Amino acid sequence: MTQAARPGPVHVTGEVLATKKIGAYHHLTLVAPGVAEGFRPGNFVAISVSESHLARRSFWIHRVKPVGGYGAALELVVEAVGPGTTWLTGLVPGSRLEVTGPLGRPFALPKEPVSCVLVGEGYAAAPLFPLAERLRERDCAVTLVVAGDDEAHLLSALEARRSARAVTVVTADGSVGRRGRVADVIEEVLVKAAAEVVYAAGPVPTLHAVAAAAEAQGAWSQTALERPLTCATGLCQGCVVPIVGEAGISRTARACSDGPVLRGDRVRWAELEASR
Amino acid sequence: MTELAGLSLAAPVLVASGCGGTGRELAAYGPLADLGGFVTRSLTLNPRPGGPQPRIVESPSGLVHAVGLQNPGLEGFLATELPWLVQQGTRVVVSIAGSSLGEYAELAQRLGRAPGVSAIEVNLSSPDAPATGVFDVREPFHAASVVAAVQRDLPRGVPVLAKLRTDVVRVVESARTCLDAGADAVVVGNALPAAMPDGRSAGLSGPAVLPVALRCVAEVCAALPDADVVGVGGISSTADARSFLAAGATAVQVGTALLHDPTTAARVAADLGPDADRHTGTDID
Repeated sequence: MTQAARPGPVHVTGEVLATKKIGAYHHLTLVAPGVAEGFRPGNFVAISVSESHLARRSFWIHRVKPVGGYGAALELVVEAVGPGTTWLTGLVPGSRLEVTGPLGRPFALPKEPVSCVLVGEGYAAAPLFPLAERLRERDCAVTLVVAGDDEAHLLSALEARRSARAVTVVTADGSVGRRGRVADVIEEVLVKAAAEVVYAAGPVPTLHAVAAAAEAQGAWSQTALERPLTCATGLCQGCVVPIVGEAGISRTARACSDGPVLRGDRVRWAELEASR
Repeated sequence: MTELAGLSLAAPVLVASGCGGTGRELAAYGPLADLGGFVTRSLTLNPRPGGPQPRIVESPSGLVHAVGLQNPGLEGFLATELPWLVQQGTRVVVSIAGSSLGEYAELAQRLGRAPGVSAIEVNLSSPDAPATGVFDVREPFHAASVVAAVQRDLPRGVPVLAKLRTDVVRVVESARTCLDAGADAVVVGNALPAAMPDGRSAGLSGPAVLPVALRCVAEVCAALPDADVVGVGGISSTADARSFLAAGATAVQVGTALLHDPTTAARVAADLGPDADRHTGTDID
């Protein structure tokens, strides 16, 4: 998994190119010079809201796409849940905003063409679509599990069918696909796909269930954690996650800069779930 | 060039303790050598895992934080962080916190011998001291006794900066007693003592505390005009930094603003550093 040196993160003024509401989420397209160039699936960006809201708001990069005259643009998936995300989803094209990225340790890609299962819940499925593309380029068989509370909270289920060999859709209310949670279907999906590597992004209980199922199956798991971040750049020590380090020693890792992607067998899930 | 406690600095702007990570994270956005210096997060003799979550929450124009002095301990710092920092060509100021005078003295003794340490900043104002078990500085003479213990065990030529809390009523007395005890400069101030929503002791930092810090700096500079004073608290722009310098501070530290924009210190340093005239002119060469 050697990688050529990539440009590091930059802090730049970006511009909103387009915003589109799909289901419960807003898809925000923005240009932020220098961010897209170093992107790898699992990276995220941090956005400044205002001087009165000092903590950064972080979002998975869903897509990097060429835009005429602008170089590459980023697509983010935003759910308006608080003051920061409400402000962000209300921005009109042409609005300027401070963007830092690409941030975080991305998904590690297998060297061999192995069978991969990708699990995404809600808007957190965003980084799995570019990941699926990279895996297919490496001749990996890709199986997707897309989950959400209901149809409005399913991210790009149609597109999922184009990027994977098999797709399982799960909704909590049963409005689309199977009724239930990721935890209810994951074991069956992993067995059927003969998964060797499992990638997951979503709430902590979902990641825990996926990591446990992967462990039981003897597969590697890569879990993309979403934690409340303050600086998002590794400076503040606010987002620590309990993990098992080298030689089995318990320690903590920063979700923003040691993660957000961590090996599922390294995270001390029960402690993380108990912390809040 | 800025002269602070006998050190020449590339710019009158340093990174405040606890806001620059290990230095590596910040260096991604610009060379540390362009800054006046880098103050490390507070080191303790033994590694500390830090406090429980949540550690940081927003409050209007501020952050309330209870990180609990998470740090790798002296050995870990000397082995994994200091050599890299020294290589960056910036002034490395190591912040220390101890649970006893003996611990402060041991930290000073060992750090003073470490190659590349420009100065020691003694954290005498940790806002969550009661929760973290570090020496609880309640009176100016407590601060002075720590400074004296550090000064006694530090090799000559390594200046001591005493970091004081922004208690407007006591700050002048604290500064005076620390300088009398041998501090080469005072750093005014630190996070304001605050509480997390669940009641845990914490600190409040960010633009919300700037006017309080500025008042404290102004009082100290007026009362002790010959003292080297470093102003810190809520600085997020060059204009903010100029207010502190105008009040009499020799230099400033930028902290919380870095968590909001990691380029802040570099921008303020460029505006106030030796090449500043070239940036502010309207001529285009």
